[in-house]
Amino acid sequence: MKISKKEVEHVTLLARLELTEEEVNQYTEQLNSILEYAEMLQKLDTDKVSPTAHAVQLFNVLRTDEVKNSLSQQEALSNAPEAEDGYFRVPRIV
Amino acid sequence: MGFSDKYEIVCGVETHVEMLTKTKIFCGCSTEFGGEQNTHVCPVCLGLPGVLPVLNKEVVNLAIKAGLALNCEIADFSKFDRKNYYYPDLPKNYQTSQYDLPICKGGWLEINVNGQKKTIGITRAHMEEDAGKLVHSGETITTSHSSGVDYNRTGVPLLEIVSEPDMRSIDEVLAYLEELVQIIDYAGVSDCKMEQGSVRFDVNVSLRPLGSNQFGTRTETKNLNSFNSVRRCLEYEIERQADLLDEGGQIIQETRTWDEGKGITLSLRSKEEAHDYRYFPEPDLLPLVIDSEWIERIRKTLPELPSAKRERLQSIGLSEYDAKVITSWKPMADFFDKAWEEFKDAKILANWVTGDLSGLLNAKNSSFEESPITPQQLAGLLKLIQKGEISGKIAKSVIEEMYNTGKDAEVIVKEKGLVQISDEGELEKIIMEVISSNPKSVADYQAGKENAIGFLVGQVMKATKGQANPGVVNKLLREKLTDN
Ligand SMILES: [Zn+2]
Repeated sequence: MKISKKEVEHVTLLARLELTEEEVNQYTEQLNSILEYAEMLQKLDTDKVSPTAHAVQLFNVLRTDEVKNSLSQQEALSNAPEAEDGYFRVPRIV
Repeated sequence: MGFSDKYEIVCGVETHVEMLTKTKIFCGCSTEFGGEQNTHVCPVCLGLPGVLPVLNKEVVNLAIKAGLALNCEIADFSKFDRKNYYYPDLPKNYQTSQYDLPICKGGWLEINVNGQKKTIGITRAHMEEDAGKLVHSGETITTSHSSGVDYNRTGVPLLEIVSEPDMRSIDEVLAYLEELVQIIDYAGVSDCKMEQGSVRFDVNVSLRPLGSNQFGTRTETKNLNSFNSVRRCLEYEIERQADLLDEGGQIIQETRTWDEGKGITLSLRSKEEAHDYRYFPEPDLLPLVIDSEWIERIRKTLPELPSAKRERLQSIGLSEYDAKVITSWKPMADFFDKAWEEFKDAKILANWVTGDLSGLLNAKNSSFEESPITPQQLAGLLKLIQKGEISGKIAKSVIEEMYNTGKDAEVIVKEKGLVQISDEGELEKIIMEVISSNPKSVADYQAGKENAIGFLVGQVMKATKGQANPGVVNKLLREKLTDN
């Protein structure tokens, strides 16, 4: 087993998901089989390969520091489930 | 037994500074402070689906500049990572930051506490984005049923500067912070406006028995926004930890928050499990490759830094104290430098800059940046004193007139007829009058009471409305009184 039931529960919490006992068991099993499959890669000799930071071999894509138009407040809030006085409204935090 | 006989403090600080760019780190929204809520936002900084961030080149330039000013090594290869956590001030549910390959590593700065010099190490400095601002509708964060979010600050570029745990007293921590903020300000990396939250500190502190070389368990108090809060927070937290240790208790490694009103730190333990950030490389941004040519180009734009400036000011005749006061504020230091180009007596100049001019600007609610009196004009005023054309006393009223009218000292002195009277013939007449109307003081002086001369000089100054040259008056008076 690559990943324990406890780890799956921890990740569930971090991802703000609510899973049933049955689902936790199912995902633990499935995640393990995915990780076991990916383990094949460990057989490759990567001693002389430097870590990849990005799949595309490009660097330094930068823009100049020029102000562009922003959205209006109305546009910004148009997709908000709830808004009030120009603010996005979110449930109580703590 | 006192605290200092028992424990040693070990402290390190993470400092977040907002970088001085026109636009945000990954989009073209303005970074201007104080806009109406949610008006400096766009699909990128709101984290809407399908958008792509593009790194602002000026952010990289400023990060390199800060790194060089802090004696860091600039990484030839660095990248961005996602720091994952849920909090509504973060619309993407992750903060784009740098994890294992930060842009700056291994720097230092020097502090001076009570004449004792010490080097404080800088572990790293990395680029990241700021979060939004939460506004709570209820009385406090815990009683409100909902919160409002303003995303104008989201995506404003930050540089997080992490110190080594090298500080051993609150004085050392404050000296480090003051020096750091001064360097960042001088380098033009941030406007360092503390009252606008441009600089924030996370303070790590632990105690260990005196003489021990192992670190104790530390706590981290987040989001302090002034030197004073850092000092008060450390005083409280050190005492809290010492009390706990004295009772045989254990410090829990945790994040704490500072309650400014109550002056206490509080545990945020309930959130600890959420502090599993699951960093991974940001796939939407490409790595950064910085060559030596780029670094040298930025190095050339570095201005004289505070420590170099203090040394130079001492070399032109200022005391260590005066040099520290002048450099403590960049606009004042710049003003001094410009005035010194035309008036080379550094000590007298420093007295006027930190004394009369500073006081005048304060009283008028102005500043060195907005001063209607230019450095050249101040130099002009001081030259008039040096040449003996006006007395220091007259100069004090002239400088006020300069502020009000913007005129040169020379013009004001001429227009108002304030030129100091050094002409002996003219002064002699007045002196003779003073002598004849103050027989008692004259007799006292002639009887050997040396300080009676002071009164007589004062009378002459009064009769000339302060325009007489006191040195000449003194000399002439003595001559006359001895002749008689
Ligand atoms: Zn934006």
